[in-house]
Amino acid sequence: MNIKTTLLRILKSGWQSFWRNLWLSTATIIVMILTLMGVAGLSLFNVMTQAVVKSLEEKVDISVYFQKDAEKGKILEIRQELMGLEEIKSVDYISQEQALVNFRERHKDDAMLLQSLQELEENPLEASLNIKANFASQYESVANYLAQDRFSGLIDKINYKQNKEIIERLSRITNNIQKGGWAISLVLALTAIFVTFNTVRLTMFNWRDEISVMRLVGASSWFIRGPFLVEGVIYGLVAAIITLILLFPILYFVSPKITSFLPGVDLLYFYQANFWQYFLLLLFVGAALGGVSSFIAIRRYLKA
Amino acid sequence: MLCVICYMIFYQNVSKIYDGCAALDKVNIEIKPKEFVSIAGPSGSGKSTLLKLLIGEEKPTKGKIFLDKQNVQLIKEKDLPILRRKIGMIFQDFRLLSDRTAYENVAFAMEVAGSSNKEIEQDVPQLLELVGLAGKLTQFPNQLSGGERQRVAIARALIHRPAVILADEPTGNLDLLNTWDIVRLLLKINELGTTIILATHDREVINNLGRRVITLDKGRVIRDEENGRYIF
Repeated sequence: MNIKTTLLRILKSGWQSFWRNLWLSTATIIVMILTLMGVAGLSLFNVMTQAVVKSLEEKVDISVYFQKDAEKGKILEIRQELMGLEEIKSVDYISQEQALVNFRERHKDDAMLLQSLQELEENPLEASLNIKANFASQYESVANYLAQDRFSGLIDKINYKQNKEIIERLSRITNNIQKGGWAISLVLALTAIFVTFNTVRLTMFNWRDEISVMRLVGASSWFIRGPFLVEGVIYGLVAAIITLILLFPILYFVSPKITSFLPGVDLLYFYQANFWQYFLLLLFVGAALGGVSSFIAIRRYLKA
Repeated sequence: MLCVICYMIFYQNVSKIYDGCAALDKVNIEIKPKEFVSIAGPSGSGKSTLLKLLIGEEKPTKGKIFLDKQNVQLIKEKDLPILRRKIGMIFQDFRLLSDRTAYENVAFAMEVAGSSNKEIEQDVPQLLELVGLAGKLTQFPNQLSGGERQRVAIARALIHRPAVILADEPTGNLDLLNTWDIVRLLLKINELGTTIILATHDREVINNLGRRVITLDKGRVIRDEENGRYIF
């Protein structure tokens, strides 16, 4: 048999069945839209949790204070060394003078404090390095690195110990948010897939008599299965396109509310910026979900 | 010893048991090419099972079935569609594809066999005209009467010019007028050289045909007569 003709017939038949059973198709598509909304929603939820985690982590740093007699060159050498570590995101050097300027600025309304500072003959503040790591969980190893003996003559104190508990708790919270986000995503995605699969299975159940007729007039398994697969894939594609369109108005309304709650998180912007990735993701998930569900559902009606 | 080669269809000592209950019990039937054979018997006597075994929809528990010298049991599942294209089937409930028009239902049988579009466009209208449905090509099954639906099914069964047509209670859902139309159509097809096996419990039809009648009861052949009648 001519493969091209067969393929065209299968495609035409699937398309025809999709249109002629529009109510059934619509019902299946609606369920699939809900599934795909779930998939897109969960992905956006993960963007949100990551943004929350990131903003929390940015608020954490550790400061290393150096002995007053530590030379600037030595401190900058240590800074350079720290910059070479994988865990380190940034290291800012704050000289004694800069620390004094910052202190004055911070306490400019406290005349008494400024006056007592003036009475001191020398600058009481120490030079320091402000260190930011990539993740909250990495501060421990940075602190341990700085606790080496070779730095002991230079370093006066590391404020990690004071902040240790806060940093550790934050690290635990951010880990949990991410783990929880993925767990919820997985459970919801599985539920959605199961619901879609059952909907497609019910559609196929509706066709069981037709399938037996096709077998009786001598249609091969692929000739029967083909149009149903095409139909399943069409369900998925149409559902994906509708979902992609619906996400715009939904995010248009929801996004500002989230932004007011979590500044720096703009889901609509994120969706627009990553539209083509979402386009491909939803199209692929939709087509795969429809196609695989049809394939499995029809298998039981194809025996002999 | 029976000669397999002389017969078109040959059931050799066939039994079919469902859950310990025998639907067919040691059945031996031989049918020659171009014969018109009625299989008579009450509901549950094994008529439909006999036909299902011939198209490979069911496998016999014991015995062998030959169609055109080929042992049906030995045909692999993937080759069953090829066997089914050699046999035309007609059923009491018509078994048409409900979301396809009369034309598309007949065309489907040609499509599955890989006929070209040109052949389909040429043969389908001709055949529908032959069964008296020239003006109903674009109607869906639910827009046709019972008799018309059965004609579509007959046109579909004829499309591959099969050597044999199996008709399982084809008049069971039809009124008297349509019943005789369908029977006349089957006789005409038989005159053109196609073997017909008609399973029915319609006494009137069998008695008026005046052809060979094989009577089944509780899965056994109790009578096999040329020019037979429905006797119970």
